[in-house]
Amino acid sequence: MTTPTLVGYDEVLEHFDPVLGLEVHVELSTNTKMFCGCPTEFGAEPNTQVCPTCLGLPGSLPVVNRSAVESAIRIGLALNCSIAPWCRFARKNYFYPDMPKNFQTSQYDEPIAVNGYLDVELDDGSTVRVEIERAHMEEDTGKSLHVGGAAGRIHGAEYSLLDYNRAGVPLIEIVTKMIPGTRERAPEVARAYVTALRDLLRALGVSDVRMDQGSMRCDVNLSLSPRDSGVLGTRTETKNVNSLRSVERAVRYEMTRQAGVLLAGEAVVQETRHFEEASGTTRPGRRKETAEDYRYFPEPDLVPIAPPVEWVEELRGTLPELPWERRRRISAEWSLTDEELRDLVNAGALDLIEATVAAGAPAGEARSWWVAYLTQQANSRGVTLDALPVTPEQVARVIALVASGELNNKLARQVVDGVLAGEGSPDEVVTGRGLAIVSDDGALVAAVDEALAAQPDIAEKIRSGKVAAAGAIVGAVMKATSGKADAKRVRELVLQRCAPVRG
Amino acid sequence: MSELIRLTAAELAEKIHSREVSAVEVAQAHLDRIAAVDGTVHAFLHVASEAALVSAALVDDGLAAGVAPASPLAGVPLALKDVFTTIDMPTTAGSKILSGWRPPYDATLTTRLRAAGVTILGKTNMDEFAMGSSTEYSAYGPTRNPWATARIPGGSGGGSAAALAAFEAPLAVGTDTGGSVRQPAAMTGTVGVKPTYGGVSRYGLIACASSLDQGGPCARTVGDAALLHEVIAGYDPLDSTSIDEPVPAVVAAARLGASGDLSGVRVGVIRELGGEGYQAGVRSSFDAAVVQLQKLGAEIVEVSCPHFEYGLAAYYLILPSEVSSNLARFDAMRYGLRVGTGASAEEVMAATREAGFGPEVKRRIILGTYALSSGYYDAYYGQAQKVRTLIARDFAAAFTHADVLVSPTAPTTAFPIGDKVDDPLAMYLNDLATIPTNLAGTAALSVPSGLADDGLPVGLQVMAPALGEAVMYRVAAAYEAARDAEDGGPLIHRVPEVPA
Repeated sequence: MTTPTLVGYDEVLEHFDPVLGLEVHVELSTNTKMFCGCPTEFGAEPNTQVCPTCLGLPGSLPVVNRSAVESAIRIGLALNCSIAPWCRFARKNYFYPDMPKNFQTSQYDEPIAVNGYLDVELDDGSTVRVEIERAHMEEDTGKSLHVGGAAGRIHGAEYSLLDYNRAGVPLIEIVTKMIPGTRERAPEVARAYVTALRDLLRALGVSDVRMDQGSMRCDVNLSLSPRDSGVLGTRTETKNVNSLRSVERAVRYEMTRQAGVLLAGEAVVQETRHFEEASGTTRPGRRKETAEDYRYFPEPDLVPIAPPVEWVEELRGTLPELPWERRRRISAEWSLTDEELRDLVNAGALDLIEATVAAGAPAGEARSWWVAYLTQQANSRGVTLDALPVTPEQVARVIALVASGELNNKLARQVVDGVLAGEGSPDEVVTGRGLAIVSDDGALVAAVDEALAAQPDIAEKIRSGKVAAAGAIVGAVMKATSGKADAKRVRELVLQRCAPVRG
Repeated sequence: MSELIRLTAAELAEKIHSREVSAVEVAQAHLDRIAAVDGTVHAFLHVASEAALVSAALVDDGLAAGVAPASPLAGVPLALKDVFTTIDMPTTAGSKILSGWRPPYDATLTTRLRAAGVTILGKTNMDEFAMGSSTEYSAYGPTRNPWATARIPGGSGGGSAAALAAFEAPLAVGTDTGGSVRQPAAMTGTVGVKPTYGGVSRYGLIACASSLDQGGPCARTVGDAALLHEVIAGYDPLDSTSIDEPVPAVVAAARLGASGDLSGVRVGVIRELGGEGYQAGVRSSFDAAVVQLQKLGAEIVEVSCPHFEYGLAAYYLILPSEVSSNLARFDAMRYGLRVGTGASAEEVMAATREAGFGPEVKRRIILGTYALSSGYYDAYYGQAQKVRTLIARDFAAAFTHADVLVSPTAPTTAFPIGDKVDDPLAMYLNDLATIPTNLAGTAALSVPSGLADDGLPVGLQVMAPALGEAVMYRVAAAYEAARDAEDGGPLIHRVPEVPA
């Protein structure tokens, strides 16, 4: 394989218009599999969550999981799709060892949900409407582990291990229509769409949507049209895109790669490519000699699905507050500007702040904690906000301790540090580190006198009425008490001690 | 030989339940018979002597303890087509590719038989994956027809039918995809029923063509078939295509029919199944049967089913298409035969399928793969599905004029082994009259209608609408009683003794 000539991003856009398409597979978090009663728990011992049906044993038959259909309909409704009054499963026939029947029971030309859209907000606050072609139900395959070859690939492997626990887990595949006109924002639009979809599915409670665990997987389709021609180019399908950031990188890389190919006068090959996380590049998948013919036909072992209108409407009634509606509500309730709200969303802080508010904290304080100090802490640890070992309830407790005067802001940060360090709850950290404000005047008076004695010239200034000079003494006292004093009280005491002695 | 083996299932059940004989004695008598004749007949691929005796002993124990029998067939032996999974016996579907496979689960039908206290004697021979009309395509050698051991017993369920005709079992179960229960019944002078699609669970039935396959009872009398029908039929939540309706009261219907009066019943003769292509003896047997039905009081009407002529063509597109997909799972990865130590999974799969499948199975996989291919789907599978709809409409229209329809079951009597094995088209024509029922999902049975001029049995096919089994059993039982009376006894008693 020759190394592709990459083209600068601006040059890509000078010559071409990118056309995006995204296929997202989502594993549903139903208790049981799509067509049998096996559990779907992630991470179980290999081949312990299997039965004759999901192993495709001779004679076994599928039975549709009603809650999977329910999830599919709810997803369809949330994506503004029409729900098919009648649809069927179809068999997609191809041979692969991790597919027990050597066909995948899927939906082909009769999906459960069609023609919807998702409004996706970009970083600058503008909105792009991504049209949804379809959402359909299917079953997942098993997993292959190729041992002894290069980079876990089947080619050159010594042997392969098969785990069928995942075989038959319900999947929903959500396919967009072609997304033209995104220009330089194509990578961002792709990422924003997958993000919005993830948030939506999470709000619906239908999936774990963990890209790192494979419960949400994205295939990126991309082609380049000659600039302003409207003529569609040859597309590639990039798989193995396992994070939101990768979605963006994969689009960008394919744009530059395809532009390089086209500008060199060559043709883009229609193929499946694999995203390489480490290098941020894509490489071709196994080249097929002939076009794959899946020989789809209606699954004869299942009867058609005809969801009654009443059921669909009942499910519509169960849709939760959708993420964008919630954002609108929150920005009104917390009086946020669009930009402030977007910052919260981008920081991944919205859920955390809302939970903190729900635990009794004022919105302003909650927001300030999460976007300032805690974001700094997360950044310095290289983790996302929600991965910090502190709960919204704990943050709310710290805020309450400040409000009641038991902590000042500086001490409060030390309490949070203690929580993050695993020293227990905020109250435990206060006790453990002895962080309560020193409110014993006796101790403070002594400290104030000591500071005044140490800086007699300043003491004299204060006594002569230059009240502003008191700050230096307050600072010294705070330093001497390791910040445990209430600065306001210290100031009062300083002024008291320096009051002109009346004869 | 023990006289027990010549009794009907109903007679055996009566003797066992009244403790005149034990279920163990009955099982043993049949096991002895199998040991004596199956070397010649080769109806069985597996005989489960020990399990059969244990199961029979349990029935005896229950009866001795005063417990009511689990079903009207408790303690009665049965031969099970080797296409239903059995946790305690191998299950091969007549194929080398499943040789040595021991299923980890019982088919729903197997479970029902066990729960009913039926003694499962073993697993019967069949054309590989139920594809064939002679049982010659079994990977384990052909079954011989007890009426003439140089001839085929029909297929695919030749083993089950031959076991009945050779008195190796009083009951059997078959599966009927295009006639695999009815045509062997016709060829062996026994009764075979293809229930309404969805009437008997397919869970654990190794699929040939999912939308056509249906398990059904096989017996030597209509009444016995009815008893077995009520044991094996009924809704199964594990089979999505199973019908959630009460099982038709076929036992009562068969009893009613046996009383001999068919007045008020309209019997339709299908014009399109009465033309060319029948052996003369088959034709005359059918004509005599129609006369007999008329004598019983039935009103004979002629009906037309103009699309039946496309049935065979449609069937040979739909069936191979489903087969090509259903049989994809036999890939050496998880169970069954594995051949080759190729460098890749694909090579092992290809080598195993090449070695493990017989010629007819390969032929149909190739046909089906082609018919489903992109660009051909509409012309083949799509068109065939339309024909299927038209045939169902033909039936619906005919059933407005008639309660049941009749035809010869098969165009000829049993042909010699080797005669058609290299001529697939000639073999396929065997199922001309039986296929429309499978395409429409309706019910039909074959009941003996005497011997043809060549001394071999002929079958009369009685067809009914979906879930119309009661009237079908009634007509068949009435006809059977009248024919037996006229003949001076059941036809099956004229089967010659099997040469050792």
